Amino acid sequence: MIVEDWGLIDYSLAYERQKKYVQSVITSAEDHLIFCEHPAVLTLGRQTRPDSLLYDRLTIEARGVVVREVDRGGDVTLHAPGQLVVYPIFNLNNRKRDLKMYMARLEQVAVDLLKDFGILAISISGQRGVFVGDDKIISIGVGVRQWVTYHGLGINVNTDLSLFDLIKPCGLNVRMTSMQKYKGHAVPLSDVKAKAVELFRKYEINGPTQGRPLL
Amino acid sequence: MTNIILPELGEGITQATMACWHVQIGDYLQEGQEVCEVVTDKASFVIDAPCAGRLKSIVIAEDREAQVGSVLGTIE
Repeated sequence: MIVEDWGLIDYSLAYERQKKYVQSVITSAEDHLIFCEHPAVLTLGRQTRPDSLLYDRLTIEARGVVVREVDRGGDVTLHAPGQLVVYPIFNLNNRKRDLKMYMARLEQVAVDLLKDFGILAISISGQRGVFVGDDKIISIGVGVRQWVTYHGLGINVNTDLSLFDLIKPCGLNVRMTSMQKYKGHAVPLSDVKAKAVELFRKYEINGPTQGRPLL
Repeated sequence: MTNIILPELGEGITQATMACWHVQIGDYLQEGQEVCEVVTDKASFVIDAPCAGRLKSIVIAEDREAQVGSVLGTIE
């Protein structure tokens, strides 16, 4: 598994890059675990309901938030600086071809990650994502092509939570929270990345790496 | 004629929702070309054309449910 950090990157640019990586992994490149942050953007997944945006697009864009339709499962979500976005580009052909299992393992990584930072979180049956009490802290939405995964996790580390007022996150009437809010201080993204890599390796969520690295 | 089938997506997953078709009836498809996407459990899964040919029919329209193993569309 090759780990890359793309830093703060425009959502559309990162999306195009993801698609190229997916194609490379399909044709036998090694699995990749990508970390990045995005400037404020609302992404509308394939299951977005009309009432999930609480304001019209002009009003949203006036607050400096871009709106993009995307090919992942799930409803609307927000990415913004301070949120650690994780894109596992994993070849499930090397493991079990099972979407439910893959999603469950992503949730397990998320729960264990937060536990390591002293945050007791849970996944709720039927509601993908990870919650602290009634508040959602991590969003999950994935795409799969030829059993290679893309999209992934949005971990609210130090995110400006006021931006979530623009939407019903994931189409739910939930409040969003962050690691920063829970801990009472900012949490270094580098620490979260390091722990995430450790957990992805621990659970072998990506399966054995049999391919060649991306060039 | 070749059927485009909803494949097995995992243990306990019996159906999925058609999210969108990327092609229209009459379009010429290359083998392996993305033809549609289904969603289940917050995962979107891309279905590719099993062979080259023209899309003859769309059996499962957008927002409709499909059972695993069922025909989503046909190619001739």
